[in-house]
Amino acid sequence: MSWFKRIKEGITTSTNEKKETPEGLWYKCPSCKHISTTQDHAANLFVCTSCGYHEKIASLDYFEIIFDNNEYTEINENITSGDPLVFVDTKKYSDRLVDTQKKSGLKDAIRTAHGTIDGQKLMIACMDFGFIGGSMGSVVGEKISRAIDYSIETRTPLLIISKSGGARMMEASYSLMQMAKTSVKLALLSKAKIPYISLLTDPTTGGVTASFAMLGDFNISEPESLIAFAGPRVVKETIGKDLPKGFQTAEFVLEHGFLDFIVARTELKSKLSSLLKMLAN
Amino acid sequence: MTFLDFEKPISEILDQIEKVKQVAEKGKVDVSKTIIDLENKLKEKRTEIYENLTAWQRVQLSRHPERPYTLDYIKAITNNNFIELHGDRSVKDDKAMVGGFGEIDDQTVMFIGQQKGNNTKMRQFRNFGMPNPEGYRKALRLMRLAEKFNKPIVTFIDTPGAYPGLEAEERGQGEAIARNLLEMSQLTVPVICIIIGEGASGGALGIGVGDKVLMLENTWYSVISPESCSSILWRSWDFKEKAAEALKLTANDMLKNSLIDGIIKEPLGGAHTFPDEMYKTVKEEVLKNIKSLSKQSAEKRIENRIEKFCAMGVIVES
Repeated sequence: MSWFKRIKEGITTSTNEKKETPEGLWYKCPSCKHISTTQDHAANLFVCTSCGYHEKIASLDYFEIIFDNNEYTEINENITSGDPLVFVDTKKYSDRLVDTQKKSGLKDAIRTAHGTIDGQKLMIACMDFGFIGGSMGSVVGEKISRAIDYSIETRTPLLIISKSGGARMMEASYSLMQMAKTSVKLALLSKAKIPYISLLTDPTTGGVTASFAMLGDFNISEPESLIAFAGPRVVKETIGKDLPKGFQTAEFVLEHGFLDFIVARTELKSKLSSLLKMLAN
Repeated sequence: MTFLDFEKPISEILDQIEKVKQVAEKGKVDVSKTIIDLENKLKEKRTEIYENLTAWQRVQLSRHPERPYTLDYIKAITNNNFIELHGDRSVKDDKAMVGGFGEIDDQTVMFIGQQKGNNTKMRQFRNFGMPNPEGYRKALRLMRLAEKFNKPIVTFIDTPGAYPGLEAEERGQGEAIARNLLEMSQLTVPVICIIIGEGASGGALGIGVGDKVLMLENTWYSVISPESCSSILWRSWDFKEKAAEALKLTANDMLKNSLIDGIIKEPLGGAHTFPDEMYKTVKEEVLKNIKSLSKQSAEKRIENRIEKFCAMGVIVES
């Protein structure tokens, strides 16, 4: 015998009377499961307040974090891929491009913009992982190349923020040659003695690691980012053994001498700004 | 001679010729006419097969176990006038990347290239032609040496990729390749790069930024091997032929897309069928290109080299 008796069966609240909790009000950290409001999470630059896990963010987020008052000028924003090989795998590459553009609101896997950081000029080329895994095809190569041109012409320091699975297979050899193109261009920037800071974020792998991302005057990274030439799965298959703990993390790469320092996103702007100031003075 | 699957009709005719010859020897029968017929048939079959090779068949030819490798080319075209140099001066000597000064006629050249082995033991010794970071750093050291003594550089590219191992990652495989791409663009001496077998991805490009990039007729050059491409994009290993077509990785396609500067013709049947003929052609090409590149100033060569690579890519601007 229960204490209460249900008189009316079923749910009687009408749809328009229902009170919905707005979506995305809470953020649950995938690493430590800590729950915070999305507002607090955003205020902490998408870094978990409990364990310091850095959520992957988009180019526009980085621009907002780094540029003064979120003011900047985007350049070459209307460049898209030409599908030079008319590539078809399980799907046409041209369709894949259009679908991804619609879904992500991006034109390709990189944005380039110039503005100021604590009053100092800065050019940023920032990759977007949300566009075919941040893969590098002709557009990424061309936009980096033009960003370098801008840096040389206006003597503006360059920051490239990498976040990429590597070369874009659907542009095959054209993608491969973007490695050469970007590296060759960086030689010109270096000759002009204009600072180039490479920020490698989670993940930076393949052809991006083997070209511009590793060529900074300063190579820096966010904590725990995956940084690799061959990805962990491929290395594991090659050596037929389990990989050591922490293999190919930013901390591992720092320890082996390929990074200058690791910086938390919350400290990123101030550290970049001090570095640029030291170079200018 | 090892025959690939599509070369079976050729091996059958060769077998027939062999048999007829044996019969003739035993029975003292005149078979000259039969042999001439068979040889004509062989010629026709060869032409038919090799003039209609698919992309995948060329990939197979590029990996033919009897194909000449880097040191074979170097020794043949220098007439053994070659001094191999070892080590990156930092970690060790990478056996998958070889190099040194050699003489072609009276011209001293710095030769560099990935090296594969021709039997199981040597294949392991050469790590299947997959260099570690120290291989790329050795290559760069030798290029600087060539620059210092004002000698042209010839690289032979033949690799299934840079080695994806644990130590390779620890020692900065990505950085090593990236550094070479940047530094090669600034070399003051002529740089000629020749793909003699497999040109797989960054591992190939790591010694591939040159004034002239040439491919032998039956080689491939792309961002990924057809097998790996198939496994990633089709999620199965069974689409390698399709992937080979889609990647446009043959010498003809690469030239059509202006991603290389020229094609070096191979003897009918591939480089391994008549290696001496192949060495002769490569030697002529090397000399010809050194001669024409030497006419330009170092500044002009560097400018052209940079412009060439910067022009690569197809975009739409709206």
